[in-house]
Amino acid sequence: MSGVRLLVGTRKGAFVMTSDGKRDKWEINGPFFGGWQFYHLKGSPVDPNRIYASQSNDWFGQTMQRSSDGGKTWETVGNKFTYDGVPGTHQWYDGTPHPWEFKRVWHLEPSLSDPDTVYAGVEDAAIFKSTDGGQNWEELSGLRRHSTGSKWTPGAGGMCLHTILIDPRNEQRLFVAISAAGAFRSDDGGATWKTITKGLHSKYLPEPTAEVGHCVHRIAFHPSRPSTLFMQKHWDVMRSDNAGDEWTKISGNLPTDFGFVIDVHAHEPDTVFIVPIKSDAEHYPLDGKLQVFRSRKGGNEWEPLTKGLPQKDCYVNVLREAMDVDSLDACGVYFGTTGGQVYCSADAGDTWKAIVHDLPPVVSVEAQTI
Amino acid sequence: MVRVELPFHLRKLAHVDEEVTIDVPGAVTPHAIIDAIEARYPMLRGTIRDYATNQRKPFLRFFACEEDVSFAALDAPLPEAVASGAAPFMIVGALSGG
Repeated sequence: MSGVRLLVGTRKGAFVMTSDGKRDKWEINGPFFGGWQFYHLKGSPVDPNRIYASQSNDWFGQTMQRSSDGGKTWETVGNKFTYDGVPGTHQWYDGTPHPWEFKRVWHLEPSLSDPDTVYAGVEDAAIFKSTDGGQNWEELSGLRRHSTGSKWTPGAGGMCLHTILIDPRNEQRLFVAISAAGAFRSDDGGATWKTITKGLHSKYLPEPTAEVGHCVHRIAFHPSRPSTLFMQKHWDVMRSDNAGDEWTKISGNLPTDFGFVIDVHAHEPDTVFIVPIKSDAEHYPLDGKLQVFRSRKGGNEWEPLTKGLPQKDCYVNVLREAMDVDSLDACGVYFGTTGGQVYCSADAGDTWKAIVHDLPPVVSVEAQTI
Repeated sequence: MVRVELPFHLRKLAHVDEEVTIDVPGAVTPHAIIDAIEARYPMLRGTIRDYATNQRKPFLRFFACEEDVSFAALDAPLPEAVASGAAPFMIVGALSGG
């Protein structure tokens, strides 16, 4: 493997960026499907040229794209996401029951072993699976039918299932996160689910340690240690060492622990990256300084990484899907902003450089080591 | 043959020019036209009408002979000028967004 391909989803189209292993000069292709929102694009680990993309807009709804040549050309695949049975209701913002309504696909997670199998996390929260390359989708309705489902509430961005993790040691084990329901684990391939929220504390809830209601923004793990999970919650950075059964707070010396993204170094399972945001009311960096924070000790002790990032007058946000790492040596780290910048660090966060400055607002960034 | 004008993004998705001509079997109604469009251009399924309700997407309007027929019954026959191909059936996206 000698290069990197970035799959970048924006509010106004998709972009594919490639570089060699130096990650200094980038070729930028796109926009693909200009004018459409791309909440997420992700390639198959088995066949990196097989890429799935979630394309939507407010006029025409959800469509899905698939590429078989690394993003050069695309074909439209199935977009029929129908809830299994009578979907029932969840809780609306005002506490009243509200019907489950499909709105869009937030996250795509291709199988680790089959390029034609892919999971989709959708709003209103549910998980779907396709085994034919995205042509047909079937809901794994055990999640939505969880005993707590009627109590799930939307976050400000909608009731979205935005994180899906597949355990590389056991593909029957899946983790998902939902704003603002919380986090769930399945040990039987998605048939049944349990909440994994013990230890989470959300002060905005009537019962701060409730089983559901937590606004989990992102969960990440290192593939070699899939029982150790790192979570960026609405507020609080959390860690679990038992596959989510219990969580402990690892915010430590962070100046603010609100944020959206969290990711793990490709070669160091205890090195974690986040981008702190000022607060839930002010979605931009603290003091106008864009800082990535890195912990090399699995949390609690964090160092700001600023070299090459704007350190004044910066008021962008970094959305939950907009950070990833490559697996080159040294590990590359990437993130995109709502201001249209995509930043790259080819040295595990020590220094940063903008690949591009003026894209539409960036929603998602995926790195493929190719 | 029926002439149909599609909005920009659907034309791009279907790889067609501004106006397409399609054969609509039986009575020419909005539903029948969309059936024919979806059969010819399967990539447009679910983009004009909702899968679950079969209703027009809220940010789209249908026009025929300079009349807004969006709120007419979707199985109501369209004017003869549309059925004969003299006038197009227009699917128009709302002028909104940022």
